[in-house]
Amino acid sequence: MGSWSAWILPGLVAVTLVVALRRRVAVYDEFVAGAMDGVRLGLRLIPLIIGIYVAVGLFRESGALAWVAGQAAPFLAAVGFPAEILPLMLIRPFSNAAAMGVIADLLAQHGPDSFIGFLASVMQGSSETTFYVAALYLGSVGIRRSLHAVHLCLLGDLAGYLAALWVTGLLFLL
Amino acid sequence: MVNILWAAMILMGIGFAALQGNGELVTSTLFAQAASGLAVALNLLALLTVWFGLSRVAERAGLLNSLARLLTPLLRPLFPGLPHGHPSLSAIAMNIAANFLGLANAATPFGLKAMEEMQRLNPRPDTVTPAMITFLALNSACATLLPATAVALRAQAGAPEPARIIGPAAAASGAAMVFVLLVDGFLRRRAH
Repeated sequence: MGSWSAWILPGLVAVTLVVALRRRVAVYDEFVAGAMDGVRLGLRLIPLIIGIYVAVGLFRESGALAWVAGQAAPFLAAVGFPAEILPLMLIRPFSNAAAMGVIADLLAQHGPDSFIGFLASVMQGSSETTFYVAALYLGSVGIRRSLHAVHLCLLGDLAGYLAALWVTGLLFLL
Repeated sequence: MVNILWAAMILMGIGFAALQGNGELVTSTLFAQAASGLAVALNLLALLTVWFGLSRVAERAGLLNSLARLLTPLLRPLFPGLPHGHPSLSAIAMNIAANFLGLANAATPFGLKAMEEMQRLNPRPDTVTPAMITFLALNSACATLLPATAVALRAQAGAPEPARIIGPAAAASGAAMVFVLLVDGFLRRRAH
């Protein structure tokens, strides 16, 4: 399973470089120019991630997370979600950076290849910062009556969470 | 909303610490978490730098364009309201292609362009059109071949095989996308 997944990234990088060279792209110059954008985004993320780390850490270490998780556990367990994943589900539709902070914290707490760590990573890949995208896209053209658009997008996130849960569950059964 | 969630987590944390009479816990957690947050963010900065650099090379090599051209015929049946060859369709294709490759930074400008083009066809400019709803839904559950952020976070956490989630994430996001498109199609047919 891991073997072919492990070759997608190297494959894409190799194809990109070969095609780029054949089309006479100045690959290193373009890499550096694009990388600068990455640095800018990374710098912007530092305060966002520290802010979320502090909040999530206090929430967890004080026992508040365990309490909330205890309250929500029956509902989450009915579907099969571990309660630890709850903060991620709540924050993901609002802020990508905040979700990254929550996931980094989950990976550090449980390990990247634990069930919870794996589930959190797959969830990140199968959902979207819905409120941000909807507000940005609809707002950019001045639409005020959005009908059921946002509900449908949230349903999409929920479907993504459930699909992530099933796929991860399947993998850990095998 | 994120403001409320953030404050709620901190206030509940302080409240629970107070219940245990353990104020020291708040202070030590605050500093420890800030330090580990910085370590994570710096690691992530390095990975993002590599990722953004490579994605710019892919863009310049025209890979995004080729993928968008492949996608256009698949997209047409999803957007019956958009005329054949309308510029909004190519913007949508570029946006979906960028999402597919995990190039979130490249996806947004194309998404804004797609909205602008679709708005030109909108008879009631303050109300969302069916094509826009389909586009937003497609965006919220977009199939992702390369969940770049998640791979970077796993690499940062020291996973032996950070890319192991690529297959599962593609399967999960693909399934969610099909589901949302079916619901969208159903709602649209019922509205007529």
